[in-house]
Amino acid sequence: MAERKKVGITGYGAYVPQHRIRVEEIARVWGTDAESYKKGLGLREKSVPAPDEDTITMSVEAARYALMRCSVDPRLIGAVYVGSESHPYAVKPTGTTLAEAIGATPDIHCADFEFACKAGSEAMFVALSVVRAGEMEYALAVGADTSQGAPGDALEYSAAAGAAAFIMGGEDLLAVCEATYSFMTDTPDFWRREYQFYPSHAGRFTGEPAYFKHILGAAEGILKKTGMKPTDFAWAVFHQPNGKFPQKVGKMLGFTQEQIEPGWLSPTLGNTYSGSSPMGLSATLDVAKPGDRILMISYGSGAGSDSFVWTVTDRIDEVRNAAPATRAMLEDHPRYVDYGTYAKFRGKIKKAE
Amino acid sequence: MIAPRIRRGMPQRYRYEAGKCKKCGKVFFPPRLICSACQSREFETIRLNRLGKVLTYTIIRVPPSQFKDEAPYAMGVVELEGGGRITAQIVDCDFDDVNIGMPVKIEFRRIQAEGESGVIGYGYKCVPA
Ligand SMILES: [Zn+2]
Repeated sequence: MAERKKVGITGYGAYVPQHRIRVEEIARVWGTDAESYKKGLGLREKSVPAPDEDTITMSVEAARYALMRCSVDPRLIGAVYVGSESHPYAVKPTGTTLAEAIGATPDIHCADFEFACKAGSEAMFVALSVVRAGEMEYALAVGADTSQGAPGDALEYSAAAGAAAFIMGGEDLLAVCEATYSFMTDTPDFWRREYQFYPSHAGRFTGEPAYFKHILGAAEGILKKTGMKPTDFAWAVFHQPNGKFPQKVGKMLGFTQEQIEPGWLSPTLGNTYSGSSPMGLSATLDVAKPGDRILMISYGSGAGSDSFVWTVTDRIDEVRNAAPATRAMLEDHPRYVDYGTYAKFRGKIKKAE
Repeated sequence: MIAPRIRRGMPQRYRYEAGKCKKCGKVFFPPRLICSACQSREFETIRLNRLGKVLTYTIIRVPPSQFKDEAPYAMGVVELEGGGRITAQIVDCDFDDVNIGMPVKIEFRRIQAEGESGVIGYGYKCVPA
């Protein structure tokens, strides 16, 4: 096989909205037992987007932080790929607004991706590929969502908002992409039909035959492809639909809690869907040391997983403090809202025209 | 139809492009044709720094109809580092916490939408830095 061009991450950034709602507050309204949800889902609270925040605004902020961590002229970014299941428009791209806001238009290729919670890693995969193919110097990939769970549904306790952005390039890399591997099947575990406001899911079917099967399949595939084992990695990031699943799948694969800890944001962030594993990677890069290897595996219903092996370079120490750390955004000054405010923010209240 | 107006406003609303007088260095946002300080007509386009301080503010309790769901809200005049002033909503904080001299930063936010089916207008707001 011919030598492949070395590509990876040149800049990264995340965005977390300021507002939060606690599991107790949602449980209070629906008359459920908060403790059993907290224990069952392994989460305490989740992020809530303000009425003026959406997938576009969060993508712009995350992308600006990614630009602050590198010296890339936005005009050299040849592609903007945004993965989300909550693009503000059904028809009209998120990518063009993002590209316009960072000053990357008009010499650019934009595309929006959609694949339940996997759309962000999909954008990352394609961005890496177009740079590797030599089509452009840099490509920007974003995973972002402001996901909704139907009122009273189990999903409402976890569906959250956040974004992470990565500028992929061939030079000045802070993390090299060593390998990728994807694993997909047609699995109807979670979906939203056209014109429906809330998604539907297949209850327990979202676990074993969906999340676990595909993440394990992607993990086994990439470990086999690279000849690596869990102890070869300093850190691991798995998609986080709740607090429990990533812990459990990590354990099944032989990773320790220490390895998943820095990227394990869901107990206080919730499930940011397309932003989930990308934000976990961003939080992990915030603490990683040069030479550290990171395994990242996304999961999207429907269903599939993308896996990546990243090796952190010396440049991480120069750039990590150039923009806010993901965990700092998660932990500093959260603003808690009650259910009424949350319902107003999320457009769950029917108003007169 | 706000679409043409949205498109026209993007250099300022999205990228904070300002005019800096080549002769005396005064920063104008939005850009002007003639410098009010030295009457020069030569400007360079710069981007405002996203960090600044609240110069003054007020609380809007009776807003224009399209912002009625947001009332009451804080509007402030913000002096940015490196020059330039913007007038923007100050969000993600309680009114009691807003004060003159408060460090803020510009964030990209939704400003207004033409109902449930219309175009969405994006622009700048300030949040505590
Ligand atoms: Zn002048």
